Amino acid sequence: MLSYTIRRLLLLIPVFLVVSIVIFLIIHLVPGDPIDNLVRVGSTPEQKAEITARYGLDRPLVEQYLIWLSQLAQGDLGTAIVMRRPVADLIAQNLPYSLTLGGLALLFSTVLGIAAGVIAAMNKEGRIDRTVMTGVLFGSTMPSFWLGLILILVFAVQLRWFPVSGARSWESLVLPVLTIGLGGMALVARVTRIAMLETAGKDFVLLLHAKGLPARRIQLRHVLRHALLPVVTILGLRIGWVLGGAVTVEYVFARPGLGMLLIKALSQHDYPVVQACLLMLAMAVMLGTLLGDLIQAAMDPRVRSALT
Amino acid sequence: MALLDVQDLSIDIGGIKPLDSIGFAVDKGETLGIVGESGSGKSLTALSIMGLLPLIGGRVERGSIRFDGMELTRLPEPDYRRLRGRRIAFITQNPMTSLDPVIRVGEQIDQVARLHLGLSGSAARRHSIEIMERLRIPEAATTYHNYPHQLSGGMKQRIVIAMALAANPDLIIADEPTTALDVTIQAQIVQILGELVREKGVALILITHDMGVVAQACDRVVVLYAGRVAESNTVSAIFASPRHPYTQALIGCIPRNAMERGSLVGIPGLVPSVARYPAGCRFHPRCTRSESLCEREVPVLERLASGAEIACHVADKHEAAHA
Repeated sequence: MLSYTIRRLLLLIPVFLVVSIVIFLIIHLVPGDPIDNLVRVGSTPEQKAEITARYGLDRPLVEQYLIWLSQLAQGDLGTAIVMRRPVADLIAQNLPYSLTLGGLALLFSTVLGIAAGVIAAMNKEGRIDRTVMTGVLFGSTMPSFWLGLILILVFAVQLRWFPVSGARSWESLVLPVLTIGLGGMALVARVTRIAMLETAGKDFVLLLHAKGLPARRIQLRHVLRHALLPVVTILGLRIGWVLGGAVTVEYVFARPGLGMLLIKALSQHDYPVVQACLLMLAMAVMLGTLLGDLIQAAMDPRVRSALT
Repeated sequence: MALLDVQDLSIDIGGIKPLDSIGFAVDKGETLGIVGESGSGKSLTALSIMGLLPLIGGRVERGSIRFDGMELTRLPEPDYRRLRGRRIAFITQNPMTSLDPVIRVGEQIDQVARLHLGLSGSAARRHSIEIMERLRIPEAATTYHNYPHQLSGGMKQRIVIAMALAANPDLIIADEPTTALDVTIQAQIVQILGELVREKGVALILITHDMGVVAQACDRVVVLYAGRVAESNTVSAIFASPRHPYTQALIGCIPRNAMERGSLVGIPGLVPSVARYPAGCRFHPRCTRSESLCEREVPVLERLASGAEIACHVADKHEAAHA
């Protein structure tokens, strides 16, 4: 298990390199550059060239990439060209907001999604199942920015229970967490329900019934345990998604965060910031997948023996 | 009064009726074979006795299942649950898929003793290892900690049998316990089951499609065809003088010594699907001796003086003729 973990971590290095090249190329090949945001109207081409040279943007792309990568290897994310601050500071300022929102949303969708899936599966084809699954269908088809606006309208504007926007108090977290969490909860509930129904049809479950175990215990101790294996995979993939996918939601609720930072940097073509943000999101996806795989191995002895 | 007495049992699964008034009895220390091809309703018979039909959306429509004086068809689920695994144990068809893959096999045996005998953790564990040793599982104490995927098919089936034995049941229902195993392992498993009947006096219902296994292990045999009893008799009588054309055909399918290459024949055709049972005798489309009566009228199950039962219009029912 330990050697597997180490092997998987080492494997992340080549993936990281490829991802960094892709990120670097995308942002540099898109038309426009940060200098347009720096120079004053009416500056001469000579002035512009001078600024370009100051940031090293006149050098060949390969050279620029290697400079960025070597700085990265030393833990230096560079300095924002337009925002004029160390990128590390910008990230450090915004990441906690994203982590709080993403973490809580993930927790919300995991706990409630599994609960909803279990309840639906244990009442298969019944009224409760249909009600839960209809709710889930709604949750998974609504775009999150739209859901966010509706929630603001109802709970912030009409009922005045929660603030419309910002990130000053814990109350301001409720609506964004709901907005992101509901979609995830719908996904988790569906996967849990299907996996439980599929597992319930297996031979070993029949034998558990034949051993005289109470049906509820079979569902919760045995069937659910198997049903959680695919759920863990989904959640692992969602860790990265929640961080990056929160962009629209952060925008709707005017919350600081990685997403907001990324949008702002993109519109200004602030290369170092965009690169750092995308790299953080890519890392989150990679680490999330790894975490999902490790938890799965911890839960399933068959996966463990396949590793060695 | 027999330990288990099934009479006139018909079941319903979503509007189709895969079992039509079947009946048989089995007593302590006795092995009853239920034979028939796939789709004849053998496994559903087992599920009916276990009271597990609701799991597949079925129910007992008519008839009675009496076990030790109790009418199981009217038994409330909590009482039924205390019977399952405790007094009536089940051995499933496929040992490869019958064990929970993420739980150590020993703990799966423990479950039964903890649930029904109220044994604590360590006592249940000693109990399980003892049963494993009795079933000649090598290095039982080590195997106890293995996961199912680390064991061979024959070993897994022994674990399933150990689970069945853990609470000292009175009746064991084994649904094709050897079908998924190698021939050599098959013989061992049949032998283990036979010893249980002889030494502990349990009643065993052995469901199989293999007449060879019947000959080796059973006292009585019920031949099922398309959800009905075709014939039932003692094993020695049924092999000496099979009366129903289907039984004769089944026995004809067993390879014998000195057979010529290519002379082994099967029964032409297939068991009809539940949705399309033919009228009259359900075997008549495949029967070599069918008459026009067979296409129209359902043959009733007649009980002969010797205790043999047969449902056929054309079979010879004179006992003296075979005596």
